[in-house]
Amino acid sequence: MADSGVTDEPGTKDDVHRAKTEGKELSKEEKQRLRKEKKQQKKNKEKKDEKASHESEKKKNKEEKPVSAAAPASQPPTQPSTQKAVPAPAPVPVPVSETPALADKPAKTKADLKAERRARQEAERASKQAATSKPKAPPNELQPVVKRLPEHVQVDNPGVLKKLAKKLERQQTPGCNAATNAKIPLRLDYGYKVSLFSHLHQYSRKAPLTQQLSIPSTVIHPAIVRLGLQYSQGIVAGSNARSVALLHAFKQVIRDYTTPPNEELSRDLVNKLKPYISFLSQCRPLSASMGNAIKYIKKEISNIPSQCKEEEAKRKLLSCIDCYIDEKIILAAKAIAKSSIEKISNGDVILVYGCSSLVNHILCEAFEKNIKFRVIVVDSRPRLEGREALRRLVQRGISCTYVLISAVSYILPEVSKVFLGAHALLANGYVMSRVGTSQIALVAKAFNVPVLVCCETYKFCERVQTDSFVSNELDDPDDLIVTRKGKTQLEHWQDVPSLGLLNLVYDVTPPDFVDLVITDLGMIPCTSVPVVLRVKNVDQ
Amino acid sequence: MELQAVLMAAGGGSRMTDLTYNTPKPMLPVGNKPLMWYPLNLLERVGFEEVIVITTKEVQKMMATDPKMKIDVKMKLDVVCIQEDGDMGTADALRHIQQKIKTDVLVVSCDLITDVALHEVVDLFRAHNATLAMLMSNAHEFTETVPGQKGKKKTAEQRDFVGVDQSGKRLLFMANEADLEDGLSIRKSIMRKHPRMHIKTGLVDAHLYCLKKAVVDFLADNKSISSIRGELVPYLVRKQFSKTTNSPKIKDDAENQNQKTNDNFTYSNQRDNTILQPQQYEPLLQLAQERSCWNDHRGDMSEAYHGGKLRCYVHIIDQGLCCRVNTLAAYIEANRLAPKLFEEPAVHPSAVISERCQMGSDSIIGALCQVADKTSIKRSTLGNSTTVKEKVKVTNSIIMHGVTIEEGCNIQGSVICSNAVIGRGADLKYCLVGNGQRIEPEGEVHSHKHTK
Repeated sequence: MADSGVTDEPGTKDDVHRAKTEGKELSKEEKQRLRKEKKQQKKNKEKKDEKASHESEKKKNKEEKPVSAAAPASQPPTQPSTQKAVPAPAPVPVPVSETPALADKPAKTKADLKAERRARQEAERASKQAATSKPKAPPNELQPVVKRLPEHVQVDNPGVLKKLAKKLERQQTPGCNAATNAKIPLRLDYGYKVSLFSHLHQYSRKAPLTQQLSIPSTVIHPAIVRLGLQYSQGIVAGSNARSVALLHAFKQVIRDYTTPPNEELSRDLVNKLKPYISFLSQCRPLSASMGNAIKYIKKEISNIPSQCKEEEAKRKLLSCIDCYIDEKIILAAKAIAKSSIEKISNGDVILVYGCSSLVNHILCEAFEKNIKFRVIVVDSRPRLEGREALRRLVQRGISCTYVLISAVSYILPEVSKVFLGAHALLANGYVMSRVGTSQIALVAKAFNVPVLVCCETYKFCERVQTDSFVSNELDDPDDLIVTRKGKTQLEHWQDVPSLGLLNLVYDVTPPDFVDLVITDLGMIPCTSVPVVLRVKNVDQ
Repeated sequence: MELQAVLMAAGGGSRMTDLTYNTPKPMLPVGNKPLMWYPLNLLERVGFEEVIVITTKEVQKMMATDPKMKIDVKMKLDVVCIQEDGDMGTADALRHIQQKIKTDVLVVSCDLITDVALHEVVDLFRAHNATLAMLMSNAHEFTETVPGQKGKKKTAEQRDFVGVDQSGKRLLFMANEADLEDGLSIRKSIMRKHPRMHIKTGLVDAHLYCLKKAVVDFLADNKSISSIRGELVPYLVRKQFSKTTNSPKIKDDAENQNQKTNDNFTYSNQRDNTILQPQQYEPLLQLAQERSCWNDHRGDMSEAYHGGKLRCYVHIIDQGLCCRVNTLAAYIEANRLAPKLFEEPAVHPSAVISERCQMGSDSIIGALCQVADKTSIKRSTLGNSTTVKEKVKVTNSIIMHGVTIEEGCNIQGSVICSNAVIGRGADLKYCLVGNGQRIEPEGEVHSHKHTK
């Protein structure tokens, strides 16, 4: 719907675009013409009638850049609506387009030629697809662009696992000996997985990936091996910390990189990074912030002009990385702190959950500004990260209370505001954060306490999720085992066939429970996340 | 490159001179393979491609001629020779090759036989950005009677006191009994940071160390440290908790554990703070650690690692084989355990064994042996080119290369070194026969070291 609004721009722009982009966007007349021709084709081909129209519909939708969530069911209604809408502005753009056309005869003939070429291509495509005649579900249930499920949420599908293993084999670092046949090892799952989450990986901390690597690691840069170990052991934890550590490791990789002969830095370096990223994602699934950082780096690397010398290119990349961290993490934190401090007033009782580096930063800054408030730190097992948050706040001198999450409804009557950190903000406004956050938001909503989520924009991601099952992370189930008074009750949990231990890491909070999202772009409601994403994409 | 391997093979074997006065320790046969083959094999299995071997000229010559070393060891060995008679300690040797060391270093001793998963030690080194990571094992008591020792001799070995923290990984304290005169004194600063410390005495140091490159550079400047185990490691462990601010007062009374060598550390305090502390954390690493919600301890107000930049870690193994062959008892034990590490045929294909020979399943026969009829070989190792004549009974013994055993001998619990000749009908119990010795026929030797 939003898209058809975009494409309904005045026709002059379309002409200009056409001339520039070689017909990537069709003007209204061309679309009309195509539609007419397709209708004719439909009438001509009786047997392949349905399929042809389906193919053409899909193609049309592809050309119109569909929004992923938009169902094709809405497309047929929009088409007639655009058809209706088009005749209205059509008289306006048509004379407008005609005048430049008349003035510029080659343009009009070019348009004609292009339209004819288009029609021919589509006819060919339709016939080819009809010829192969793949059985397809009725188009109303099919999405126009089939998005493939990421591999890390298809663990229970053996075909996908095999594909992943093959992909790791193929991703040998370029330039390694064929004799050694070094490849990225595959980390095996551990223990019984609860059936609802059997599509996710579950690794054991006691079986690190380095077991299968050679010790002076030649396949993978030592900085990346160290980083992977730190991820899997939890030494570097927290969205910001992981991204910064990742960028630091990439800086070392870039520093030690030399372009092999007959290769271009812009292409070879990206290929070199791929096995490292596979390795890291096996040590611990990548976070949304890390994904965005990797996208940024890959873009920067591929944008390096080929005539740039290696030293200069490396220097440029290193400064790009520093710039990214400065902008997106350090300055963003400052900006967010500044906006948040306006929301904290004297006498406030602020509830925080777990250890979010951003929220801690905000509270410390607010304390520096001599605002009188106190903090309630809510913590949960097995990570017990709240203790670390408690330590940092108390060290600064902030008066804190510490409770476990089971006491949240008892303590909420005292609370005036809830500040939450986020791991990622999804495109439909849901907040992905540490497991337990949605509970806190829910209870806060029940008590009518405002919930503010603080999140930098580089953590915004284009994924859409409405529940915590489809995509999550399963941590080591042995973390749930605790020894009290010398007795470890769950020690032999694997021997009990009906028992499964589940250690979830993330959960999603619906936007109804979140009152405000504080970002470095300002304070926005949860539903404005897609706007921010779109603005970001246009910028890039 | 991540790690460089250094094999220390210049040791003299001072605690088993009976065996080593003729054969240098690295080439002593254990399970019919030279002793230094075992650590080299460990490094090769793990994935090293190059090793720097520090040894003497004599050993280098023997290495060149030994078939096992030439064929089985596929890695590139960079042999550095040092003077044999010189009093070079392990740290001195590291200093000697300082030019070759370009990255962090993994130092292994030639007398280590183990099947430990080396990645456990190296992972500690990598994950915590440690300065030192070492390997230790819970020692076993040697049950076999050691030849040449009359009666049960209590091992009056000096005990090592090793203090580790709650997780069992961080090394807090290390001292040898010889250096502690009145008792164990632990600094208050350590107790404040790590209130729960486990002190273990039964651990065997495997002499396998991962050291940062900065430590090698530090050694180059501090020429007084000559032994890694004896001086460098306790020094590094102590240095974890020393105040970073340098006080003009040089002697720290609370540190008086190494009475003898205390003077040697005094002058180095001033400079080593800059050398041993790794160059200031890259700002990004610092930022990552600040933002990370992880702490290695809890209960006090300090950040992860208590803000200390120098960290020493230890990996203690409970199961598995880890023995250091530096005494006679260890040598015998190793001979029995080492063959179990590998699945090689017990009998070398080129050995000639007659059918009427009774051979136990846990015996090893070397290449080109000749074993005659009516012999019985149980729980023993026969070296290469040994000749065993008829009616010989060999039990629980280690026979090295080139030995001739005449008929009717009875050898029990003994070690016979290379090229010895045991005369006819000799009866040896718990003996040690040195290199090239002769035992007279019908001789009866009991618990005696028959050397030159």
